[in-house]
Amino acid sequence: MGILAAILSLGGVALAAGIVLAIASRVFHVEGDPMVGKIDAILPQTQCGQCGYPGCKPYAEAVTRGEADVNHCVPGGERAMLAIADLMGVEPKQVEEEPAPPMLAFIREDECIGCTLCIKACPVDAIIGAPKQYHTVIEDHCTGCTLCVEPCPVNCIDMVLKPEVLEEWTWSAPGTHKKIETGNKHAA
Amino acid sequence: MLRKLLEHLKPTTPGTFPGGMYPPEHKITATSPISQCPLPPVLILPLKQHIGETCTPLVDVGDSVLLGQKIAKSQGYVSASIHASSSGKVVKIEEHPIPHPSGMGRPCIFIEPDGKDTPDESLEPMPDYRNTEPSTIRERIRICGIVGLGGAVFPSFIKMVRDQRNPIDTVILNGIECEPYLTNDHRLMLEKSEEILRGMDIIMHAVNAKHGIIAIEDNKLDAVEGIRKALTEMHGIDTCNIEVRVLPTRYPQGSEKQLIYALTGREIPAGRLPLHIGLLCQNVGTANAVHNAVCLGRSLTERIITVSGDAVPQPGNVCARIGTPVPFLFARHGLHDMDDVHVIHGGPMMGERLSKLDVPVVKSTNGLLAMKRDTFYSEQAVEEPCIRCGHCVEVCPSGLVPNELAWHCRNDQFDRGQEYDLFDCIECGCCSYVCPSHIPLVHYFRYAKGQVAKIEKEQEFARISKIRSGARDNRLAREQAERAARRSRAKQQHKAASADKAETAGKSETKPAAKETQNTNENNEEEST
Amino acid sequence: MNNSGLISSPHAHGGDTIRANMLSVMLALAPATVVSVYLFGWMAVFLIVLCMAGCMLTEMACLKLMDRPPSALGDGSAALTGLFLALTLPAYVPWWIPLIGCITAIILSKQVYGGLGHNPFNPALAARVVLLISFPLNMTAWIIPMHAGAPLVNLYDFAQCWHLFWLGPESLHQGLDAITMASPLGHVKTEWSRGIGVLEALREYDYSYLDAFLGRESGSLGETSTLALLLGGVYLLARHTIAWHIPVSFIATVSVLALIFNQINPEHFAPPLFHLLAGGLMLGAFFMATDPVTSPVTPHGQLVFGIGCGILTWSIRSFGGYPEGVMFSILLMNCAVPLIDHYLRPRVYGK
Repeated sequence: MGILAAILSLGGVALAAGIVLAIASRVFHVEGDPMVGKIDAILPQTQCGQCGYPGCKPYAEAVTRGEADVNHCVPGGERAMLAIADLMGVEPKQVEEEPAPPMLAFIREDECIGCTLCIKACPVDAIIGAPKQYHTVIEDHCTGCTLCVEPCPVNCIDMVLKPEVLEEWTWSAPGTHKKIETGNKHAA
Repeated sequence: MLRKLLEHLKPTTPGTFPGGMYPPEHKITATSPISQCPLPPVLILPLKQHIGETCTPLVDVGDSVLLGQKIAKSQGYVSASIHASSSGKVVKIEEHPIPHPSGMGRPCIFIEPDGKDTPDESLEPMPDYRNTEPSTIRERIRICGIVGLGGAVFPSFIKMVRDQRNPIDTVILNGIECEPYLTNDHRLMLEKSEEILRGMDIIMHAVNAKHGIIAIEDNKLDAVEGIRKALTEMHGIDTCNIEVRVLPTRYPQGSEKQLIYALTGREIPAGRLPLHIGLLCQNVGTANAVHNAVCLGRSLTERIITVSGDAVPQPGNVCARIGTPVPFLFARHGLHDMDDVHVIHGGPMMGERLSKLDVPVVKSTNGLLAMKRDTFYSEQAVEEPCIRCGHCVEVCPSGLVPNELAWHCRNDQFDRGQEYDLFDCIECGCCSYVCPSHIPLVHYFRYAKGQVAKIEKEQEFARISKIRSGARDNRLAREQAERAARRSRAKQQHKAASADKAETAGKSETKPAAKETQNTNENNEEEST
Repeated sequence: MNNSGLISSPHAHGGDTIRANMLSVMLALAPATVVSVYLFGWMAVFLIVLCMAGCMLTEMACLKLMDRPPSALGDGSAALTGLFLALTLPAYVPWWIPLIGCITAIILSKQVYGGLGHNPFNPALAARVVLLISFPLNMTAWIIPMHAGAPLVNLYDFAQCWHLFWLGPESLHQGLDAITMASPLGHVKTEWSRGIGVLEALREYDYSYLDAFLGRESGSLGETSTLALLLGGVYLLARHTIAWHIPVSFIATVSVLALIFNQINPEHFAPPLFHLLAGGLMLGAFFMATDPVTSPVTPHGQLVFGIGCGILTWSIRSFGGYPEGVMFSILLMNCAVPLIDHYLRPRVYGK
């Protein structure tokens, strides 16, 4: 009898709590998923399409809908993957490709025929020029997405390594100190 | 404990600061007088030797320059001009390694000296500076390219503001020199005490300060005596407002924040400058340079450097021209083979190991230490796990918890690192120095600071990219809408026309339809890119 | 950009090492170890050797299993854990008890957390708690030291001790009871439960403060001599291996509480001096609570930690079921260390 009372009372509490939760989820339901914006804010906005979606926001939407995995953003690397996984509350996944060193598009101007195809391809309008005029890349705005390379009919666009400047140099993690510890880096 | 109690009894002048420690001094060059370094075959002058903007060259290859001539002008407010440190010819202007841990380079002006040292006499000496407008003096200090010579190389004139809201009450002259090995300030105080006092008086006049304090640690009592003696013998300056304060030796007392606390018991609020609490802190070397600029009309073209370290056969203090190649300087002190040495630019605690040795002396070079490779600490150290002994907490002058902070930095948890006050770290190196586990704490903090800056930069770039791509999307959409509008207009016109000419309707109806499909194809293509 | 080979400042080091720290703690324990050998003869030697060897072997096995360099054994932490464990054990326990202790200390309370520097609890104390709860009889049977009356076993005799150690008291035709006596703390607690006051109990016991100070009493190997432990503690303080905050606040808290309550009710609450000299307070305050890994890193935190240990120790001794509370109090405060470290950070310059 005692055990029955316990089961009944606990079951009652659980039922009540479940009903309250169900009501709450209806009442406080948030329209328009803000998750897309949050994920989009994590993504590097290169609009490179390497994730298989036509830009950063479409990828963010796909992740939110659960269609895409969290590890497809190549330029974002491990950091973006971890941040998205954290937001989505899913297990982190191995990033498929290591992010390449930062690149810039460079147009060999004497070969450019002024076809404007690269200008149309650039997702951030970082190429300027006019029909039948040389085009050039605004280096400060180039995201290194390589989308302009393919459309060029004369192959005059190169991807070059972003030049290293002293002002942007930073210390990398200590390396010469051989670590005895082999703990998992992200265990904490 | 008793000392702590005593400290509380007289809170105005603690005489020391929390944290810190006593590394062995190794000040082996304390008794060697400053020698003059001869003219090197080439002078290499980087276009940026200070905190702030890079300078733009004023000379071209082939130009002749005079000693002290301004060869690169400052850009922007926080910047300092560069002057030729000897007369001669500009042979090239190109990128060359500078003293920096990365070994990377900056554009430099190369001067081949003609050996005559013909001075540029365009700047009039101002011996009667007391009757000169402070703004004129400040301008002179700016023109002469004077920066903080203690190592921070912050343009000096910027600190010397006369601001009604933050009037500067006290000028502090930093003669602490707490770094091991370095004795350049010590020798300067002994040999140029009058010039230093004169420079201090100039600074005090320029900012209208009432008091002056010269702070010296008690391991340099001869310098204290020298300054005190010079103080009694000085003419023409009001010496009763200037006080020489002897502080107990303790690293990092030479750090501005710690020194101000030790002298006044006051802290500079986070993110503010000493001038916000009415103080101006300058290095003794800077005071000497100010004296040279104002009283003699000389720009900053040379500085005192301690050349020392266990690999240097004849260590000493030397007055070298800015731009002197480092190997040339070491050769003067008997060190010719640089293969088996590590060279530290600055002191062992905060100086940087140079990964390229073919660099010039710059305005921030207060010491050059050559250490034998096989005894160099950093190369032997093996990092062991933290045993939480708390010694780093004890010695941290900023009141941080370095072991926790390093833990977050190592795991790339930079937001947690900032919660643990990452950016209040002054990188003095005390924590790494005492760590029994040889954890390179400062390196972790520098890594984390760099990563935070990098991430911020990337986020800013992403923000701009997003705006640009959004603008492009809008533009494409607008263009498409316009095209669609045009098309429907054309269609209507066509309809109207076809209503007029009913007989040609059969022919013309197919044409716009074909056009339409062509247009949509184009739009789709644009959209998908 | 690859600059991983670059070395950041500072380019100098004070020369302190983990090994040096561990060695100095062992050196500081030397007086207490000598006293234990003086009191318990070969039994102390056997126990200390067995515990140190057991801990080091276990550590070596763990390092091997985890593919870590065996050189990590050289930091001396395992040996120190062994010594600590030995010094907290009664002079006679069957040989397998310390062995279980070693394995518990190294594996369960150290390596499973990630090895040196990651363990939340002091390994030696955690192991001792496991032993005390698992084998309460053996762990509270204090062998009579050589200087308290005429022992039935000559502890200085190698052969007798060898038999006792490996085969138990039965091999010497003795029961365990015949060669053991209660510790002062235990005696007071039992008498109180029988309704006899502290003063009376101490009189029965023939308690002498001088004996307790010098260590001529029964108890765990290393806890008896307050003098020897003080010597070691002062050495550690002078050498700056430990900070003063924990031992001072720990001992002061116990003394103050004991003083106040002793004034209120001397029949129930023992006088402060008794608390200071009895049991493992000195060993705990100078050596166990100051274990760097399991104590707070900030000075404020260390004070709070010490005060917490003091309150718990005195409370357990005065009201708890166990006669001694040092071990439990330190372990309980170990739990609070992350919290203390989080909330009691030093004030940052200029903030």
